[in-house]
Amino acid sequence: MLAIVGTIPDPTVPVLDAPVELADDSLRVFGRVVSPDRGTPALLAAASIACRHLGLPLPHAFLVGDEGLGKGSRTLYRHLTETLPDRSFSSMVFHYLQPDVDWHNKVLLTALSMTPPPTLIADAGFMYAAKMSGQAGEYALFTPDAGELAFLADETAPHPFYTRGFILQDEGRVPELVGRAYVHDNAAACLLVKGNTDYIADRSGILATVTGPSEEAMEAMGGTGDTLTGMACALVEYGLTVAEASYVAAQANRYAGQLAAPTPATQIGELVRHIPAALKRAMDELT
Amino acid sequence: MAFRDLFKRIAPRPRADQRADRGLLVFEHTSEVIRAEQILKSAGYAVKVMGPPPEVQKGCDLVVEFPLMEELDILRSLKGAGVAPMEVLPVTGPLLAPVDLFQVKDFGQYLMVRAANMKITVEKNTRVIVNVSGGGCPDVPYIAARLIGCTLDDAPAPRDIGHTLCGYALELAHAEMLRLCSP
Repeated sequence: MLAIVGTIPDPTVPVLDAPVELADDSLRVFGRVVSPDRGTPALLAAASIACRHLGLPLPHAFLVGDEGLGKGSRTLYRHLTETLPDRSFSSMVFHYLQPDVDWHNKVLLTALSMTPPPTLIADAGFMYAAKMSGQAGEYALFTPDAGELAFLADETAPHPFYTRGFILQDEGRVPELVGRAYVHDNAAACLLVKGNTDYIADRSGILATVTGPSEEAMEAMGGTGDTLTGMACALVEYGLTVAEASYVAAQANRYAGQLAAPTPATQIGELVRHIPAALKRAMDELT
Repeated sequence: MAFRDLFKRIAPRPRADQRADRGLLVFEHTSEVIRAEQILKSAGYAVKVMGPPPEVQKGCDLVVEFPLMEELDILRSLKGAGVAPMEVLPVTGPLLAPVDLFQVKDFGQYLMVRAANMKITVEKNTRVIVNVSGGGCPDVPYIAARLIGCTLDDAPAPRDIGHTLCGYALELAHAEMLRLCSP
């Protein structure tokens, strides 16, 4: 089973440790409605809809409220270190969480001690912590955008905010920055770099690119990276290799965008509803 | 599984520098360091007073080490107490400067500004913030929910409601957007 770990922007929400429930367009965790606006709820919605489409069990969610002070994230980190040893998940994705190197290392150590250890995927804040910890290589997949790739490529940067200016966030330099991230061991086994062109890469270089269909407005939309990561997680859980899953997810995300026909003002929920059709098309093309 | 592989699986080897997510607050006088430490400790932050690294030659001979991710919230607290630092630096690279490059994309009806990993998009005619994208710290969805649908004139500044470095990056993008969209 796929487990999804992240935050929702309401500090009053306690740790939720429960399977996702999906009824019509409503997403619930432990009876609480989770609106897929952006962030982890958008990833959760995309992964859940993809799992249902693929005939998989719905993901298990580990959520907590955190408005950015990190208190919720640290409570969830503690919960994971206490409960994961007795749990079994085939893959786990860590998402919008307060980057904290000490807690990252504790959670990683706990996850690696599970029998068998799950396939680990990191995005957003937890990816930042994974890079800072020097343990990026323990992960199967990171899903950075161009700015975050520049951060991975800058071996000294503690956060994308401090990425040095000479490492431009220029999509034309993605192959070079991918190489630099691997030279300094700051990348997961596979990278899915989101952008005008999506790049799937590993230590050997660029494995594949996805360029179309292109909806320029998606660059401005909050949550398109979250839906992409959500679908990639579901496809890994389905049994595709991480690189294959990344490729199909990138293609499906573009198909969903095409179906949504977005403007820069479109919200991510408009894209989420097209995921089943988009995923079917991308999967059909794979076979 | 070979014994060595098993050992590798259960014993990650963090980098020698375990303080990669820490920052330094540099003050002019030691008295400010002491006040800042008191303020931040009483607010529950994990801070400690240390000697500055050799690269930091400015200010007094003490600095406050703090959780770098919470920079925006900590600076707001210190400013409110009248103890603003001279400078804020990441521990791992005290010579690193915050991002100061903006990328601007004109969609015709909409304008997008990106700073580091954060993007903000505004409808030009109405000056309404229509999207916030990017980032990875947990205040981003919170700030986005507060900003989207507001005009640039009515929306709270990310520096006032954010807490993290992602919030700080969004503040820079927001400020640049205000500059670009000023009458």
